[in-house]
Amino acid sequence: MSENNIDRSLILEVEDLGIDFGGLTAVNNLSLKVYNNEIVGLIGPNGAGKTTVFNMLTKVYQPSRGTIRLCGQDTARMTTEDVNKAGIARTFQNIRLFQNLSVIDNVKAGMHNEITYSPADSIFRTRKYYAQEKQIEEKAHELLKIMGLDSLAELPAGSLPYGGQRRLEIARAMATDPKLLLLDEPAAGMNPQETEELMDMIRFVRDHFHIAILLIEHDMKLVMGICERITVINFGMMLASGTPEEIQSNPAVIKAYLGE
Amino acid sequence: MMKNFISKLFDQKLRSRTISYLLVIIAFIILQIMSSTGGLSSLLKSLLVPVCCYTVAAIGLNLNVGFSGELNLGQAGFMSVGAFTGICVSGVLASSITNPLLRLIIAIVAGALIAAAMGYIIGIPVLKLQGDYLAIVTLAFGQIIKSLITNMYLGFDENGLHMSFVENKVSLGAGGKMLLQGPMGATGTQRIATFTIGVILILCALTIVYNLIYSKSGRAIMGCRDNRIAAESIGINVANTKMLAFIISASLAGAAGALYGLNYSTLVPNKFDFNTSILILVFVVLGGLGNMTGTIISTTILMLLPELLRSLQDYRMLIYAVVLIVIMLVTNNAFLQTKAAKLRESLIKGKKGAKQS
Ligand SMILES: Nc1ncnc2c1ncn2[C@@H]1O[C@H](COP(=O)(O)OP(=O)(O)OP(=O)(O)O)[C@@H](O)[C@H]1O
Ligand SMILES: [Mg+2]
Repeated sequence: MSENNIDRSLILEVEDLGIDFGGLTAVNNLSLKVYNNEIVGLIGPNGAGKTTVFNMLTKVYQPSRGTIRLCGQDTARMTTEDVNKAGIARTFQNIRLFQNLSVIDNVKAGMHNEITYSPADSIFRTRKYYAQEKQIEEKAHELLKIMGLDSLAELPAGSLPYGGQRRLEIARAMATDPKLLLLDEPAAGMNPQETEELMDMIRFVRDHFHIAILLIEHDMKLVMGICERITVINFGMMLASGTPEEIQSNPAVIKAYLGE
Repeated sequence: MMKNFISKLFDQKLRSRTISYLLVIIAFIILQIMSSTGGLSSLLKSLLVPVCCYTVAAIGLNLNVGFSGELNLGQAGFMSVGAFTGICVSGVLASSITNPLLRLIIAIVAGALIAAAMGYIIGIPVLKLQGDYLAIVTLAFGQIIKSLITNMYLGFDENGLHMSFVENKVSLGAGGKMLLQGPMGATGTQRIATFTIGVILILCALTIVYNLIYSKSGRAIMGCRDNRIAAESIGINVANTKMLAFIISASLAGAAGALYGLNYSTLVPNKFDFNTSILILVFVVLGGLGNMTGTIISTTILMLLPELLRSLQDYRMLIYAVVLIVIMLVTNNAFLQTKAAKLRESLIKGKKGAKQS
């Protein structure tokens, strides 16, 4: 596919986003754009408000100010569930898998809204039930293969090693067929080799499914290696935005990270 | 082909299901043989249907408590709704549908539907909330239903149903019949419940719950239990999902209640009080949350035990308590569970080996 053919439409548009927890302003005046087929990094020191931004994008928290538009659609009145249906899927910094479900059932759970058979279809095991279960079984295996988990499909999700759980969260999020994937510290707890593999997987997911990815990460090798654009926040405010090269040489960013 | 099919029945996904079906069917066959050869005491015979009823109610409750992770303290309330609905339906239809089996099935379905409707009504406001509100509301529901039926007088004649909350206000025409008489409950009920239908009802309950669990709904139900925020983040509607588990649980209790009610000529509303709800919860917790076979076994043992120990009089409750503790240890102890799993594994291997040779 040539450069010009790639769909570069605007997926996420955040304007003047802010949230207060009691007296504490955790995020303020944040503006951000993510285009299709793009991998964007959201970085900042600990406690900068990165996870809080994800929580506002997915409506786990209701923003106090500002607007979020997904493909031009305002998400102000949406719930977490609606936002996912509208096209945002995410992973969590503190892993939130369905521990007692098998690895593959975690992924299948992500296809909940794709399945159209009713509870009655499942109780009476209709043809529709079998047809759709077969279909999502194949699709779930495909996603697990991409994330390198296919051989572990029948194990309980809680028994996976840390890195595996992080990758399973990505597979589950991708199962919802998102337009925008939010990854909250996907490489946390991974060794350098696992991180290397993860970078390839993230790139593959973007190229294969043609989606936008916004990721939070402290591992600068990963961020600089796969992000095309980076936004830096500090104390809830935007500090800088630009290409990896621009960010690496930005004095304000260096100061924020190294301290004075 | 046949070998393939049998080994499939015992593979990981289907094993627990196969074992619980086999357990019920084998128990049924043994009890039928015993009862036809006169090997069953009349006391034991009288317990067959109630054990089936409580098993069905407990299977339903396990879906609600074990799989959905919501505490429900009003399962007896739903049984009560089912029981008195079933009794009334059967009473009204007595002259028009003379086939008792057909009438029983209609009564069971009616009991299940009304209980499900009740579950839906009380579930709407509660299941949107997070936390243990369902426990509180179902507890209240059980009490309210009990008081309501204790004060309800219901009769019917050729002009239809007549209901009142004041005694003697129900004046019936010639040929009329009282269905509910306040604290005395239902009297003169035709006893049309049978053990066979009870066992079939257990098998139906198992099928409904298992089929639901291994489907889109089951993944959502367990997902909401394991991690609510994650479930929302993949587009699952938590309130609807919990509602489904709650309604199915309530309707199974309703069906069980209808069968129970039609097993006795007299049934007082006090039968289904808070203690009964707790008793069903004990069956479920001791059998193991999410473990259907365990639920069936613990219900059966704990129902039969107090009756079988009657001759021991004072020691009865002591032994009951000891058995409670032992069951709890056996079903909820990781060490014993791995032992049991190993034993099962070797048994199944032995079976397969025997088949292949
Ligand atoms: N629910 C909440 N109530 C009160 N304060 C909160 C809440 N959630 C987050 N905060 C505060 O908001 C600030 C930003 O937190 P956040 O988790 O977004 O940081 P972060 O950038 O993700 O940090 P890290 O890199 O350590 O994950 C912190 O000061 C945190 O204490
Ligand atoms: Mg964070």
